[in-house]
Formats: sequence, structure tokens, C-alpha cells
Amino acid sequence: MDVLLSVFVEPFQEMLAFPDFFLQVIWEGFVAGVLYSLIALGFVLIYKASGVFNFAQGIMVVFAALVLVSLHEMGVPAWLAVVLSLGVMALLAVGIERMVLRKLVNQHDAILLMATIGLTLILKGVGQLFFGGEPKPMITEQLGLPTGSTDLEVFGGLVILQHIDVAATVIALLMVIALAVFFSKTRIGRALRAVADDHQAALSVGISLNQIWAIVWFASGIVALVTGIMWGARSEVSFALEIIALKALAVLILGGFTSIPGAIVGGLIIGIGEKMFEVYWGALLGSGVEAWFAYVLALIFLLFRPQGLFGERIIERV
Amino acid sequence: MKLKTLTLLSAGVLALGSWAPYAAAQDSMYMPSMTYRTGPFAGGGTPFADGYADYFNMLNERDGGINGVKIDVDECETAYNSQKGIECYEATKGNKPLAYSPLSTGITLALIPKAPVDEIPVFSMGYGLSAAADGEQFPWTFVYPASYWSQLSSILKYIDSQDGIEGKKIGFIYLDAGYGKEPIPLLDQLSESMGFEVAKFPVGVKEMQNQSSQWLNVRKERPDWMIMWGWGAMNPTAIKEAVKIRFPLDKFIGNWWAGSHADLNAVGEAGKGYLAANFSGIGQDFPAIQDVLTHVVDKGLSKVSSRDDVGNVLYNRGLFNAVILAEAVREAQAATGKSVITGADMRDGLEAINLTEARLTELGLPNFTGEVTGSCGDHEGNGPIFIQQWNGSDFERITDLIAPMTDIVRPMLEEAAATYVSDKPDWQPQACG
Amino acid sequence: MLYREAGQFKTSYAADQALLPIAQDRIGLFVILISAFLFIPAFTSDFFIGAIMIPFLVFALAAVGLNILTGYAGQLSLGTGAFMGVGAYSCYKLATYFPDTNIIILILCSGVFSAIAGIAFGLPSLRIKGLYLAITTLAAQFFLEWCFLRIEWLYNYNDSGAIEVPQRKLFDIAITGASASPVARYLVILSIVALLTLVAANVLRGRIGRSWMMIRDMDIAAELMGIRPLYAKLSAFAFSSYYCGVAGALMVFMWLGSAEVEAFDINHSFLILFMVIIGGMGSLTGCFMGAAFIWVLPVIIRAVPSMLGLDLIAATTEHITNIVIGVLIIFFLIVEPHGLARLWQIAKEKLRTWPFPYSST
Repeated sequence: MDVLLSVFVEPFQEMLAFPDFFLQVIWEGFVAGVLYSLIALGFVLIYKASGVFNFAQGIMVVFAALVLVSLHEMGVPAWLAVVLSLGVMALLAVGIERMVLRKLVNQHDAILLMATIGLTLILKGVGQLFFGGEPKPMITEQLGLPTGSTDLEVFGGLVILQHIDVAATVIALLMVIALAVFFSKTRIGRALRAVADDHQAALSVGISLNQIWAIVWFASGIVALVTGIMWGARSEVSFALEIIALKALAVLILGGFTSIPGAIVGGLIIGIGEKMFEVYWGALLGSGVEAWFAYVLALIFLLFRPQGLFGERIIERV
Repeated sequence: MKLKTLTLLSAGVLALGSWAPYAAAQDSMYMPSMTYRTGPFAGGGTPFADGYADYFNMLNERDGGINGVKIDVDECETAYNSQKGIECYEATKGNKPLAYSPLSTGITLALIPKAPVDEIPVFSMGYGLSAAADGEQFPWTFVYPASYWSQLSSILKYIDSQDGIEGKKIGFIYLDAGYGKEPIPLLDQLSESMGFEVAKFPVGVKEMQNQSSQWLNVRKERPDWMIMWGWGAMNPTAIKEAVKIRFPLDKFIGNWWAGSHADLNAVGEAGKGYLAANFSGIGQDFPAIQDVLTHVVDKGLSKVSSRDDVGNVLYNRGLFNAVILAEAVREAQAATGKSVITGADMRDGLEAINLTEARLTELGLPNFTGEVTGSCGDHEGNGPIFIQQWNGSDFERITDLIAPMTDIVRPMLEEAAATYVSDKPDWQPQACG
Repeated sequence: MLYREAGQFKTSYAADQALLPIAQDRIGLFVILISAFLFIPAFTSDFFIGAIMIPFLVFALAAVGLNILTGYAGQLSLGTGAFMGVGAYSCYKLATYFPDTNIIILILCSGVFSAIAGIAFGLPSLRIKGLYLAITTLAAQFFLEWCFLRIEWLYNYNDSGAIEVPQRKLFDIAITGASASPVARYLVILSIVALLTLVAANVLRGRIGRSWMMIRDMDIAAELMGIRPLYAKLSAFAFSSYYCGVAGALMVFMWLGSAEVEAFDINHSFLILFMVIIGGMGSLTGCFMGAAFIWVLPVIIRAVPSMLGLDLIAATTEHITNIVIGVLIIFFLIVEPHGLARLWQIAKEKLRTWPFPYSST
């Protein structure tokens, strides 16, 4: 009985008793969710256009941020460092398309996934070889990102909003809008959608697959850089981020592999869900449940709706 | 794939067969260095490894080694991974190493049972198994200058001296691994005897950079003080989160692995007021460190990325690790009359450690740390700690040396040692008169 | 010339279907086994046995386990590390409860527990496959890791959360614990690995193994031909996890001597996946080749610069190893998706006519 009480009654009583704290939990979850969404967004872009499940997205986030920070350390001004890092990501995209994707056309999904795992190792090795393995602080101020915080007084309590978190949300929103516009209004964007719909048909109307792939990898490289800056500003730039990035996989299951709104909603569900679960129910299980909550939620979800919330088609069912 | 390529591949594999593990020359002594310059903990591992290697290299350059025998420091990368650490151990134990300093609680635990078999002492300086402070039960393991438990008792003593600890609530945020869990038994025990409440916040190794829910819980629990047993990327993230929830940083104490420049540089000005325990001096103003600068760093023999890194908290910690080992080598040489000693001699040397203030001054480290005196039964040396505070750009020492509560800790250590040994029928303790 | 099966006539179906129908293969295997059991213990150093051969065998066994699932049954798994952990922790608990039972029996039993865990986490495979399944195995990985950390009963309430291997003896010779000699541990592992590989080889060419391969190649066709996906997939998960579990128990008891959760983390799952990819999916020989390759490569990379007189930081070799393995994975996926095993097969085909490639066999 006590167990039932502490599972079904007490957490809710607590939420009602301290509404300001509850809001804070929701906000923290929301911000974490936005960041998961950003990583997932990178996955979706690539999966949509090339059918590659890019396991290396997480390490690309670290790599992009590391390039940026290291360039700045070498004395490059912040804005130039951003431009140069984008250049590096573009080179990377072209390189991956030339050396890996082009050679693996038409291979099985699992093969492509494993190739990106190989890519993960390479990026990890190269990143550490050139920039060192130790964590580096993000150049938040130099990039003109806000620091500090605002207190909101609600329900007789306090909700603290970090400016950087607000900025992350705004930037994520802008990026999603920009991507939506890019996809629907530009020539390249329409070509991307055509490729996502049908490779053969796209080829036959004269769209170059290779070019599109390079562009889409570059686009997810940009997403990676933005994500890296935001994550880095919250803690620091280090290779430990890579494992957190795996949570984006769970986000994808929830949102569907091919849906951009799905990535956003899935990210928010996981972000808010895991914070609430950890804060209000975690203690019952001995805390630390965040480590698996996302995956187990995804697992349960898979059993009922394998195509995800916004998935376009029924995936291969057995 | 052609046959030629295959032949080449197999030739490569054959070449391995002809490769023999590193052979140590007789005019030097082999000192393995388990480092982690990679992985999520590299930020702490790198300066420590630099300090460790630079001190031995300084002795080689300045004095031509220890009593004429050069020390050959050989690094092996563990990435803070126990398995890789054991691999390193297996790969290097044939080179007649003098002692291992694993710099990881996980690796230390794995090496403790191996040490007596291979007759190579394990020196886990201020980490590892606290119970190893009991030299009678653990003849081959050393935790100078203090065990985690002693350290925790000193930290609590400091809190008590500030505004009284009774009736207060102490939050304990820790890395959810062997290292972070180590002091919990003592914390639980002392919370009863000193009359304070404890709230624990574990941080998973994979969640080190994603601590917002732990700190939400901190906000919920409202502790008066926070103690952190953190390492690597966990530390700066925790301090940033503490700032976010407006936890007063001058009531937030890190242990000696959670208070280094590597951690705080990432936080900078925002981390002002943060406290941390420490036992090794800060800065370059010690004659021995000046010698390191002239004989090693300026000659380009060091791996430090900049001259300013010399003297930071973890660099000096690594250096102090080397100082104790070097001193043990001298003691062993004096006791045996040999110039090239073995692991077993080294063990005796470590027990005979007697780093008094006078001796430290002689070594060029005046006022660097508390006195460390070992004995057959005492493998912890009863080292005191001091508290340092981050002023926005550097650490400043703010207290005198705080001795641990030996009277409470020691019996508990002995009990824990007995428990460790109890299910090992073939364990070999030693008798200390 | 060297590897010519001409003249080896089979007179019965049994002989034709034998595990190694060609005499050269039988001789080769015999030579390998003899040298593994006799020459290596007799003529090599403790370093070679303890730091190269023992880990190699442990990983080879885990790779066999993963290969059964991924290579033969076509179900990608990223949870190998966790299944190894289940084996290790259950072996530890068994050793606590049955201190007098022979440790080898306990190790072999511990695999059963990880087989059960494998079946439980394999259940989603009945509804989903491919990448989606890979993510459910990730869930297994993280959830089990958390269990190893949180359920204190699993490590007997040890303060530091580690499991420490007690000393156990076989015929009065210590085979686990710190005082067990590398040779003794090596021989035990070698026997277990050889035995289990033999079992695997036979299961794989039997009815069950063929049903796995049918599911892998085309599940619908397999189902139409009377294979029940439920049994085929779950048995693949069970077999695979059993092997991984035994490998995990061997890893802790015979090699590491003590372990924390991190010994079973996701990097391990990846490491073993790399062994399978490079060795060759769907090949038992490949498992051994892949394990040897991945395990020995860092040793070579560490040794080469010092032989050339270069002084590299230990960490640098680590990074280079990462890069080389990554490049090789992509290289193999592009050029030779069947891995080293396929290269070996090509070599054998060449050897058939070598050194007179134009003579008729």
C-alpha cells in the first residue's frame, strides 16, 4: 500500500504543494528536450535524404564544437572560428560522401549503420589527436551568447530561467523554421525532398544524388555545430557528450525516423519525461534512472507504435 | 583483395611475433605510469601524469637519477578504464616495476590482490580502497597521505568549525562508481555520531554533463552544505549547476579530486567562492618546482602544453606522487645498500616513509603539505588536508592543515579491512610488532 | 598444390557432411589445437599468455555469441556488453552461494541467466527488426548497466560496488583469483572456448542454425517454408546471450579478477561488434580472426613506433588505434563485407593451385 501511495499519490501531492519547483522541473526538462531534439534533427535530415542511420551524429556534435573552441584557442576571432568550423564540417560532408556513402550505395541499412560507427571511431581519434582529449570551456561570451539568469516569481516561489537556455530554445526554433523554409521554398530544398521520396525518380529528373547527399550531411553538420555550442555552454566541450547524444536514438523512435516535427516533439517528451521521472519517482528506485528512462520508454513505445508519432509509413514489420 | 595484400597482412602479424616486450636496462629502474590522457577524465589525468613524469625526469636531469640510478618512467594509457588498466599492468609487470600508481579506484581494486603475488606495491595516493590504510591487512597497498575516509572526516571537521554541523543537512553529490561510493559508509556513521542529516545525489558516469535533475533534487532537499566526490567533466558541470540554482558556493566543498584548475577554468569567474580540499601545495613557488621548470620544462622534455600549467593543483599532485615514490626509493636503497632495488624493497621503503617538514624543505618543497610518516601498520600516514578557495582565476589556500578524526576513522578502517580480508582464505596479512 | 582436395573421395553421406570434410582442414585444426594447448603454454612468456592470449580467447567467445545473433540470424545487437555483464554477475552470485561447486560448472551455468535476459530483451524482435531492434538492444544495455550499479545484492553489498573474484581450485591448482598462474587460467579458458565453439559449429549447421540463416536471408520466405520466427529468433537470442554470458564470466573470473560496471559498458558492445564486422559476419573462423585482429592491433601500434625509435605519447597510439580501426571497418564494409574470413577463403582457393596456377586441378 505504501508503495502504491508513493508511486501514485505522493509525487502529485508534491507537484501541487510546490508549483514553482514543478515549473522549474518542467523548464529544465524542456531545455534538455530541446537539446535532444537538436541532435535528433541531425539524424532525421540524413536519414530522410540518404536512408543512412547516422550513428556518428553525436560525435559530430562534439567534433564541431571542438574545432570551434580549438580554433578560438589558437587566436582566431570567434566569428571567423564559426565560419571556419562550418568550412571544416562542409569538407567533412564532402569527404564522407566521396569516401563512404558513394561506395556503399544500395547496401543494407545495417551495413550503413556500421559504417557510421566506423566513422564515429575515426572522428573520435582525429579529434583527440589534433585537439587533445581534455574538456574545453565553450566560448559563450565571445560568441555573443547571453549569460546570467532571470528570476520569475510565480506561485509565491521562484523559477530561474538561464538566459543561455532561453537562447538555445530560440535558436532551435529559428533553425527549425529555417530548415522548413529551406525545404519548401528553395530549389535545393525541393530536390532534397524529391530524393527523400524516391531516389530513382529524383535521379531521372536530373537531380544529382551525390550532390544532395553532401549538402544534407553539411546541413546536419551545421545542426551539429549549433548543438555543440549549446551543450558546451551548459557544461563544457568534451567527449563525454557522445554518450548523451545516444539518447537522440530514443527520441527518434518516439518521433519517427523521417519526421522533423517528430524529432522536436519526441525530444521534448523525453526531456520533460526523464526529468520528472527522475525528480519525482527516481528516489523510489534509487535514482540515476535517467540513464535508461529514454530507452525503456522508446522500447515500450516500439511495441505499440513502431512507426513513431509522426512516422510516414509502416516500417518493416515482422 | 589479392594474395599479395594477404601476404603483406600476414607479414605484419608475423612482425609482431618478433617484437619482444620492452627490456629494461640494468642501469635504470622502471617506474610505470598509468595515465589517462584520453577519455572523459582526461582533463584531470593529463596534468597529473605530467607532474609525475616531470619530477622523475627532473631527478634524472639534475642529479642523474636517484643515487646514480636513473628512473625510467614509462606511460601506459588506461583512459580511466579498469580493463585497460589491467592490460597495462599485465603488459608491464615483467619489466621489474618498482610500484604502480593506478590513479583510478577501479584499477586499484583490481591490483590490490595481485600486488602480493607479483611483489609489486600499489601506491594509490589519496584514492582507492580506504581500508588499505591498515598496513597489517594490506602489506602491499599504500594510500599516503590520507584515505578518503580521513579526508571526509577533515572536511566535516571544517564544516563543524564554520558554523557547527549539528542539526544541519549535508548534501553529498558523488560520481556513481567505486570512487564516489567509497566514503559513504563513513558518512553514514558520522551522521549519527555528529548529528547531521545526509542527502545523497548520485551522478552516473554517463550523465556527468547532464546533472540538472540532481540539482533540482538538491533544490528540493535544501541542504545547508554540499560535499562533492566528483572527477573529470562532472566537476565543472556540478559547479555550473550549483550557480544556476543559486546554491552558495562557499558552502560547496569538493574533495581533493574535485578542486583543480582543470575543473574551475571552465567555470571561471562564476565559480568564485567554491571550496575544495587539497593536500599538495599550489603554484610554482617551490624550489623543487623551479628545478622542474629549468631542468625539464625549459629543455622541452615535458609534455605540458604550456609553462603556466606547471604548478596547478593536479600537476603538483602528480609531482607529489613522484616525490613520495622517489623518497621510498631512497629509503629502500639506504636500507638494502643496493642501488637498483626490487618491488619488494620498494614496499619496505614505502613503509619507512618519513617526510617531515625538515625533509620536505630539503627536497625543495617547504610548506607544501603536511608531514607524512608511514609505518608497518599505518599505510595512510595520517595526512592532514587544507581547504582552498577559488577566487575567480586561481585557488587560494584559506585554512591551516586540518587533521583527520583518527580516533573515529581508524577503528572503522580496521573493521573494513577485516571485512575485506574475511572472505579471502589465502590472504597474507603481516604482523606489525 | 598444398590445399588440394582432389583424390579425397567420400563414401558415405556422413563423411560428406562432416564438420571438416577436407583432410587439410582437419590437419590444420589439429595443428592449431596442439600448438594452442601445448606449444603456447610451454614456449611463450606469461606476458603473451596473460595479456594477449587470454583476452583474445574471451573476446573471441563473445564475438561468436554476437555473430550467432548478428551474422547468422541477422539481428543487430548493441547490448553485448550488458549480456556479458549478466553472465559475470550471475557467476559471482553463484560462486557466493555454492562455494564448493567447481567454478567451471558455475561459469557454464551463468550463461543460462544471460540467455534468459537475452530472451526477455529479444521479445521486441518479434515485432520489429533492423535499426529499431538495435535501439531496443541499447535499452537492454543501459537498463542492465543501471541494474548492475543499483542492485547492491548483485555485488554482495560491496562498498565500492565492485565484484572481486574469490580463489577457486581445480585439481588443487588455483584457476581463479590473483594467485592463479596465467597458464592455468589460459588452459581452462582454451578448453571452454574450444568446446563451445565446437558446439556452435554443430548447432549452426544443424536444423536450428539453418532456420536462423533462413530468417536472416528472408523472413517471409522462411515463414512460408515452415520456420516459426518466434522460435528461431528467440533461440538465436538465447544462444547468442548464452555465449556472451559465458564470455563475460570468463572475462571477470579468468582474466580481470575484479570488475565494476564499466567493464560491461557500451564501448564493449561496440568493440565486439567491430570484431564481428572485421572478422566476418556469419563465420566462426572470422570471430577468432576479428578478435585477434582488434586485440593485437593496438599492441602492434604501440610497438611499431618504439621499434622505429619514435617516442609517442601513450595516448597518441590510442587515438591512432581508433582511427585505424575506424578506417578498417569502413574499408571492410566497402571492399569485403565478409571480412577477414572471406580473405582467408580466397587465400585457400589460391592455395589450391599454388604455385602452379595454370595447371589443372
